[in-house]
Amino acid sequence: MRRILVLLPLLIFVGLAIFLWRGIGQDTTTIPSPLLGKPVPEFSLTSLYDENQVMSAKDFSGPALINVWATWCPTCKQEHAQLNRIARDEGVTIYGINYKDDRAKAKIWLEKYQDPYAKNVFDPQGRLGLNLGVYGAPETYLIDAEGVIRYKHIGEVTERVWQTLKAEMQRLETGS
Amino acid sequence: MKTVSRIFLIGWLVLISQAGFAAIDTYEFRDELTRERFQALSAELRCPKCQNQNIADSNSPIAKDLRDELYRMLDSGASDSAIVDFMVTRYGEFVLYRPRVSSQTYLLWYAPVGLLVIGIAVVIALTRRKKSADKSVEKTGLSAKEQQRLDALLKQNQDKDA
Repeated sequence: MRRILVLLPLLIFVGLAIFLWRGIGQDTTTIPSPLLGKPVPEFSLTSLYDENQVMSAKDFSGPALINVWATWCPTCKQEHAQLNRIARDEGVTIYGINYKDDRAKAKIWLEKYQDPYAKNVFDPQGRLGLNLGVYGAPETYLIDAEGVIRYKHIGEVTERVWQTLKAEMQRLETGS
Repeated sequence: MKTVSRIFLIGWLVLISQAGFAAIDTYEFRDELTRERFQALSAELRCPKCQNQNIADSNSPIAKDLRDELYRMLDSGASDSAIVDFMVTRYGEFVLYRPRVSSQTYLLWYAPVGLLVIGIAVVIALTRRKKSADKSVEKTGLSAKEQQRLDALLKQNQDKDA
């Protein structure tokens, strides 16, 4: 009994050390989304390409990726080539949400750097972004066939992130 | 000369004072209570992008959006809990500087009390043990075992001397 008591501080120290050690290197800038497992929130916004065409959540039919982007966002430009490649070579549907941007600028941008998006929602006030819990473009969501959000990535879609997304998509396909 | 330097000083003060106003937006509140609720809520909601600032302090675009949303909701007569729910369903429990009591946060809320109780228990146990130990070493300050050992050593020495 006494021996255990003597060892107690050491045990507490080891426990704390393991707990804190796990926190080191963890990415604290990514916060878990409460929208996972929930459908894409309803919205009524115009298409980026045609201001007379009204779009709603029904326009997003999964499985697909939803990419939140803007011309003012440097990381969006960085990941754009990767999105082009995914849409072209991997046959993945990507929907765009043009977040707090300028319509004319966005159109020029897509002409200049190619357009990987099947559809593009124009969200100048960021209302849809707010309902999606967007806090920093770019963000990429994975939706399943029912339009339910299954995965969220904040930041650039790198090759490694794409592999994760791809595995997640395959898992959804075989699972359902 | 003196007035010139004074003018420079005033100009300088006006320039640097801009920094302090950076995060202040001009909202028109309908009454003093709404203003107070706005200030309380914006101080308690955490900016998701800048993490160590609340949305009142932060200059990031998302904090501005959340302040606008907060203002809009207050203006439309939403209750405090409705506003907090709105933020949590979009940005998660993370946005609350004062987390709600739930099964996930029991440890956070009750661990300090638990640790305090354990600490008090340990202190009481230690003082009790000390007291009972004190009783057995009343006269010489030695325990019964130590007394026996002392006697044995003294006896050994006496035997050597003899």
